[in-house]
Amino acid sequence: MSLTILRKQNLNAFVAALLADYRVGGPVKLNGTYAFKDLQDPDELRLDYPTTILPPKKYLLPVRETLFRFDQDQPGVIQQAEMDPPTVLLGVHTCDLHGIRLLDRVFNSGNVDPNYVKRRNQTILISIECLRPCDEHSFCKSMGTLTADEGYDIHMVDLGEAYALDVATEVGERLLQYAEAEQASSENMQRLNNVFNEKWGHFPYRLDFDVSELSPLLKVSMKNPLWEELGERCLACAACTNVCPTCFCFNVKDEVELSLTSGERVRNWDSCQLDDFATVAGGHNFRQSRALRQRHRFMRKGRYILRSHDYLGCTGCGRCARACLVDITPVKVFNELYRRREAGGQS
Amino acid sequence: MIAMQKNLAPPPSDVMGVEELYMPTMARITRVQPMTNLEKLFNLELPEGLSLGHRPGQFVEVSILGVGEAPISISSSPSRSNGSFELCVRQAGDVTNAMHKLEAGAMVGIRGPFGRGFPYEKYRGKDVLFAPGGLGLAPLRSLINQVLDERSTFGRVMILYGARNPAEMLFKEELEEWSRRGDLELHVTVDRGDENWKGNVGVITTLFRKVSINPRNTVAITCGPPIMYRFVLMELLGKGISNGNIYLSLERHMKCGVGKCGHCQINDVYACQSGPVFPYSEIMGLEEAL
Repeated sequence: MSLTILRKQNLNAFVAALLADYRVGGPVKLNGTYAFKDLQDPDELRLDYPTTILPPKKYLLPVRETLFRFDQDQPGVIQQAEMDPPTVLLGVHTCDLHGIRLLDRVFNSGNVDPNYVKRRNQTILISIECLRPCDEHSFCKSMGTLTADEGYDIHMVDLGEAYALDVATEVGERLLQYAEAEQASSENMQRLNNVFNEKWGHFPYRLDFDVSELSPLLKVSMKNPLWEELGERCLACAACTNVCPTCFCFNVKDEVELSLTSGERVRNWDSCQLDDFATVAGGHNFRQSRALRQRHRFMRKGRYILRSHDYLGCTGCGRCARACLVDITPVKVFNELYRRREAGGQS
Repeated sequence: MIAMQKNLAPPPSDVMGVEELYMPTMARITRVQPMTNLEKLFNLELPEGLSLGHRPGQFVEVSILGVGEAPISISSSPSRSNGSFELCVRQAGDVTNAMHKLEAGAMVGIRGPFGRGFPYEKYRGKDVLFAPGGLGLAPLRSLINQVLDERSTFGRVMILYGARNPAEMLFKEELEEWSRRGDLELHVTVDRGDENWKGNVGVITTLFRKVSINPRNTVAITCGPPIMYRFVLMELLGKGISNGNIYLSLERHMKCGVGKCGHCQINDVYACQSGPVFPYSEIMGLEEAL
């Protein structure tokens, strides 16, 4: 819509003003790493963070959430769970914006998921342009998530002395009232152009092929022996899916209070990498081997989700690669499948 | 970006109003009939004359509050709903074990009906061959009774039912009734007989030689334990029935029933949405289907 400038010395006042009215989640330094956390104080915010262990997905699809409560004294009466307060997510990287865009589509299509949509409808996204790769595991440039032209309410670009703000929505306009912002000058615009031009060179392409080739590549790779090789190494720890910005599978279960008279139905994150994920009541497991489960994961990321929701299920954020204890990474897996295909099935 | 209604909060506004996808409706158990050592037939009524409005082949999510939720196929046919529906439930997990302890009058939560049922309107004018194995009779009974209630619109009706042993046979009274009907060919077998069993002994595939069919005008419907499908499919294809005229109802653990949780996925297909009923032609390319 419009370009606005927020001087860095005014950032804290902006965040403080937001904190008075909103829950504000943003990247903070925590135990030697970074995490999205509810800010208590504007000083905690670290917009120069490389990456976080968990993506901001947890604000929209919590690790554990109550679907409803019940009480034995009132049989048949089900109480809805309360909803989180209106939230501003500040400092979201563009890879994670792409992840949220996918989640929006998943939970807002077909059977609309009320819990997700309620949270999402009162979540305001302030994203920030990445100017350097997080680390050697990022492959956002290959996945086309290195920048974003939609999916945010306000997008920030670090110009050095100030942030350029692209206000994309009416909600973003409203939020801007909390900031002492000013009109961008032609000098700001020039600086912005330079920043954008400079950043591209800092990010490497890490896939050996164009990302549009990924889904067709996976299609012909269903029976590739690589899955068995990954299955041999995989520990089935589910770290990869737990840190993924686009994994949205969940489990539903009842938790009962110690009094045994009341309880709640909760949903929590689940993982297709865990042994019993596809097991039915009689005990039959439809994806018994780790090889099949790893294949399922990568097929989802690069093919299945694209087919059902039009967006890739991988944002190139690199979190699963950082989390894996046995070095199973999307870049290596996709490149190896590509190499084998190019070698004509000769591995 | 998908257009979603944004609340221009603050202040916090009313966030209710979206349909409550995960909230069960409480239904009353009106009758419980023990069927075998493992299975009971439950008759359930929704409140205030609500009707389930299901198709044969669909399933519901059954809640026992405090224990959890499980997907159960609907055993009764829409043609016999009368404001209630039936679930044939095997004691196999936490929820079904808890359900088996309930008696008439107890309340359970119901969500659904979910999934794609049998497109039985397309079967009209054709011969219909049912091949249920074991508990596979539970979902197929819904369709069988629907077909029998519209009997004149279908060609021959054949039922080949296989159970492990006589004690594990389901719907015995109904099987008895069906065997007395002149407009239905019923063949039953058990893997292992007992001292009183005088019928066929052998796996379900041994029944196929007892019926001669016109493959061009026959629709076959099968449901049973995972091990059974390959063998039944071989028989059906061997008789010349085309891939598109064979329907299977596949078992998966649908935790949400609405295409989100991922547990029922077969490659990129959510069984709770695209299934549990599939024509064989749709799943033969899916690596993980059977």
